[in-house]
Amino acid sequence: MATQTTGQESETTEEDQGENGGRSYRFGSETNWPATIFIAFCSLSVLVPLYFTVVTAFKTPDQLGGTGFGLPNGLEWGNFSTAWELTNFPRALANSAIVTAGAVVLTLLTNSMVAYAIARHMDRSRIFTVLYYYFVAALFVPFPIIMLPVVRQTALLGLDNLAGLVILYTVYGLSLNIFIYVAFVRSIPIELEEAARTDGASAWTIFWKIVFPLLAPMNATVGILTAMWAWNDFMLPLVILSEPSQQTLPLVQYVFQGQFNTNYAVAFASYLMALLPMVVVYIVAQRWVISGVMRGSAK
Amino acid sequence: MSAQNAETEAARDDDTPAAPDRGRQRQVPTAIWWMVLPAFVLFFIFHTTPVFTGIYYSFTNFAGYGDYRFVGFSNYVNLFQDSEVFGAYRFTFLFAVVATVATNVIALAIAVGLNARIKLKTTFRAVFFMPHVLAILIVGYVFNYLFANSLPYVAQEMGVTALSSSILANPDLAWVGVVILAVWQSAAFNIILYLAGLQTVPSEVYEAAALDGTTKRQQFFRITFPLIAGFFTINMVLSLKNFLQVFDHIIALTDGGPGTATQSISVLIYRGGLQGGEYAYQTANAVIYLIVIVVLSLVQFRFLQRREASF
Repeated sequence: MATQTTGQESETTEEDQGENGGRSYRFGSETNWPATIFIAFCSLSVLVPLYFTVVTAFKTPDQLGGTGFGLPNGLEWGNFSTAWELTNFPRALANSAIVTAGAVVLTLLTNSMVAYAIARHMDRSRIFTVLYYYFVAALFVPFPIIMLPVVRQTALLGLDNLAGLVILYTVYGLSLNIFIYVAFVRSIPIELEEAARTDGASAWTIFWKIVFPLLAPMNATVGILTAMWAWNDFMLPLVILSEPSQQTLPLVQYVFQGQFNTNYAVAFASYLMALLPMVVVYIVAQRWVISGVMRGSAK
Repeated sequence: MSAQNAETEAARDDDTPAAPDRGRQRQVPTAIWWMVLPAFVLFFIFHTTPVFTGIYYSFTNFAGYGDYRFVGFSNYVNLFQDSEVFGAYRFTFLFAVVATVATNVIALAIAVGLNARIKLKTTFRAVFFMPHVLAILIVGYVFNYLFANSLPYVAQEMGVTALSSSILANPDLAWVGVVILAVWQSAAFNIILYLAGLQTVPSEVYEAAALDGTTKRQQFFRITFPLIAGFFTINMVLSLKNFLQVFDHIIALTDGGPGTATQSISVLIYRGGLQGGEYAYQTANAVIYLIVIVVLSLVQFRFLQRREASF
C-alpha cells in the first residue's frame, strides 16, 4: 500500500530535485573527482559490513575464522534451510508483515484524519491548539520512560499480542505524524473544502473525498516512516509480546542468539533472510523512500 | 472528556478573540470532534496514563507482582546513592554526546560530498541511506561478530596489540564499539536531512562568493554552514534525543557488559524493571530520566537557536 501511494508522487519530487541539481550544474560542469573518490571511499564503510554478512552466510563452519572477508568455497545453501527451520522463518516473517501492514494502514487512515481536524481548527478553537501541542509534546517523552507501565497495561487489557503492537505503533506515531501532516494541511488552500461545504458535503465526505487524496505525498512519507519503524523495531515486540508464536523477525534473532553461537554461518544466514525483505523493497523503491523521507524533513 | 463538554469549552474559549470571528468560531462541526476524540482517548490511555501510573508506582515498593505499599521518596533517595544508576547515566551521556557529534560531523561531510558534482550521485545517495532501513539489532549482531572476531585477527596480523582482543570485551573500549554501530546506522538519516538542507542553498550565492575569490573553506564556514544552521540544530537535537534512548545497539553488541560498563538507562530500566523485580525503583528512575530529557531538550533548543541567530 505504501509503495503504491509513493509511486504516484515520486515523479514530481524527482523532477524537483533534478531542477535543483540543474541549477548547480550551471556554473562549471566538470565532475568533481576528489569528491567522487571521497564519497566512493566512504560508501565502502556501508557496503563492507553488508558484503561480510552475505559471504559469511554462505560459508561452512570450518571456513569461518581468519578475517572472515574471503569469499566462501562454494555456496552453503544448507545454512539457510537450517536457519529457516530453527527460527521458523515463515512465521516470523508473517508476524512482521502483519504488524507492519496493520500499523501502516491504520496509521494512514487515522493519523491523517486527526491532523486534518487539528490543522483546520487550530485558528478557530483553542482546544485544537492545545490538542496539537499535547500530541507533539509527547515527542519529548521517549518510550523507555513509559515502558514499565505500558507493559502492565497492555497485559491487563489483553493487548500483549500483534494487535496490541499495531495499536501502539498507530498511537505512538501520532506525535510525529501530526507534526508532519499539520504543516502540510495548512499549505493546502481551504477554498476547495469551503466550496464542498456550501454544496452540502459533510465533514466526513470533505475529508475522505477531497482532503485525503490531496495528502498523498505526506501519506507516502508517513507510510514509509511507519513501515520502517514497525518492521525494524525490537524494543516494543520484546516487552509487549507474550506468545513466542507471535515473535517478529528482529525478536526472533534475539531469541535464538544462544543457539546461533554454535554456528555463526547459520546465524548470518538467518540475519540475511531477516534483512533481505527490507533490502529488496528498498532497492526497488529507493528513490521514493529517500524523497519521501526528505519531504517529511522539509516540514 | 465527552464531545459535548469539549464543545461547551470551545464556546467559552471564544470570548477572548475579536468579536467578528465569533460566529465562525462556534461552527466546529460535530464530525470534527469525532475525528479527534478516539485518537485523543487512545493516546491518553497508552501514553499519558503510563506517565502518571509510572509516577504513582515510583512512590511505592511494587516489585511488578504481589502487594505493595507507599514508601514516600525512598526510591528517589536510593537512586541518588546507587552506583549502578550513576554508571548508566554516565555511560548514556558520554555515548550520546560522542555519537551525536560524530554522526553530525560525518553526515555533514558526506552530504557536502554528495552535493558536489560527482559521478553516480543517486547511487551513492541510495547506498548511504541504506543503513537506515535495516534493523539495528540485526546489524548489531553482524558488527558484534566483526568486533569480536575479524577486528582482533586483523589487528594481530598487523601487530597492533591494543586491538588484538575484542574491544567489546574491554570495559574501557566497549563503548567505542557501540558508538561505531550507532554512527554507522544513524548517519544515513542525517545525511539525507543535510542534503535536503544543502539543496535549499541557491547556487547564485556560491557564484557571487567565487567572484569575490573566497576559498572552499571560507565558502563552507561563512556561507554553507550558516545557511543550513537550522538543519544542524534539528539534527543535533534529534540525534541526541535518539541516542539517549540507546537500547538495541547495546543488546546486540555487549548486553550492557563487560560488567555494567555499557549499560544504558533504557537497558537498566528494562533489566531491573521487568527482570530484576525492581519495578517501582525503575519507574522512579524513569521519572528522573524524563525530567533530565525534558530539561536537556529545552536547554539544547535555546542554546542552538541563539547560536544560529548570532551568525
